[in-house]
Amino acid sequence: MVYLTRLEHFNAAHKLYNPGWSKEQNDMVFGVCANENWHGHNYDLYVTIKGEPNPDTGFLMDVKKLKILIKEQVINKVDHKNLNLDVDFMQGKMCSTENLAMGIWQQLQPHLPPQVSLHCIKLYETARIYVEYFGD
Amino acid sequence: MSMNNKVAVYRKEHFNAAHRLFNATWSDATNAAVFGKCSNPNYHGHNYELIVKLVGEPDANTGYVMDLKILSDIIRETVLDKFDHKNLNLDTEAFKHLNPTAENIAIVIYNLLRPKIKPELELQVRLYETERNFVEYPVL
Repeated sequence: MVYLTRLEHFNAAHKLYNPGWSKEQNDMVFGVCANENWHGHNYDLYVTIKGEPNPDTGFLMDVKKLKILIKEQVINKVDHKNLNLDVDFMQGKMCSTENLAMGIWQQLQPHLPPQVSLHCIKLYETARIYVEYFGD
Repeated sequence: MSMNNKVAVYRKEHFNAAHRLFNATWSDATNAAVFGKCSNPNYHGHNYELIVKLVGEPDANTGYVMDLKILSDIIRETVLDKFDHKNLNLDTEAFKHLNPTAENIAIVIYNLLRPKIKPELELQVRLYETERNFVEYPVL
């Protein structure tokens, strides 16, 4: 078993705001992150896949194909976008880093070749805050 | 003291903000053509890193060019409280009518800080919009 990680990045606006709550409750729970007019981040995304290398190529997966998959399924949808308003796979969800990492997993997992498993989505919201999702 | 005793001191801070590049005197089509995805009407955002540089001679009594705790308080009150977790276009006075490019943000930050720093100290602002895109003002 070998693990392969590709690092991508995107820049996006968002806010943490529960529409079922009052403005006061949102401010109390989410603080500055609830700012109505949004704020934003430079996100760093680590996608880790695992499996056995193909005996003919020595590759777990052609990383160029992995790059294109991440670009088409994730980066093109989120980069320079508003995560709350512009992203189809985040509609109806809270735009926390946790939910975004899980959403990115759902975007990628169905498109990987059968011999490859998705191992981890690691998503940095800032240099000091990141989440990991392992699909369970 | 001679010029040789000048020392540069730096304070690094960060703020997270939304913005869009937008020229209000242009059509939406022209904005899209010039600024591309940076003009997304629903905004996007960045983790900005701000480095404030001061150059001067260490004070004879303290050994400091400037007390960096005081500099940190000034940056927080003058810059971070205005910009952190804000929409630069909508929530700030400075960018109501000014395009919030990294260049303009650096100039605005310099102008906010300059009156708060002793005139004998040189001030320079470096602003990272991403790890790979950064600007400096003024050019020394």
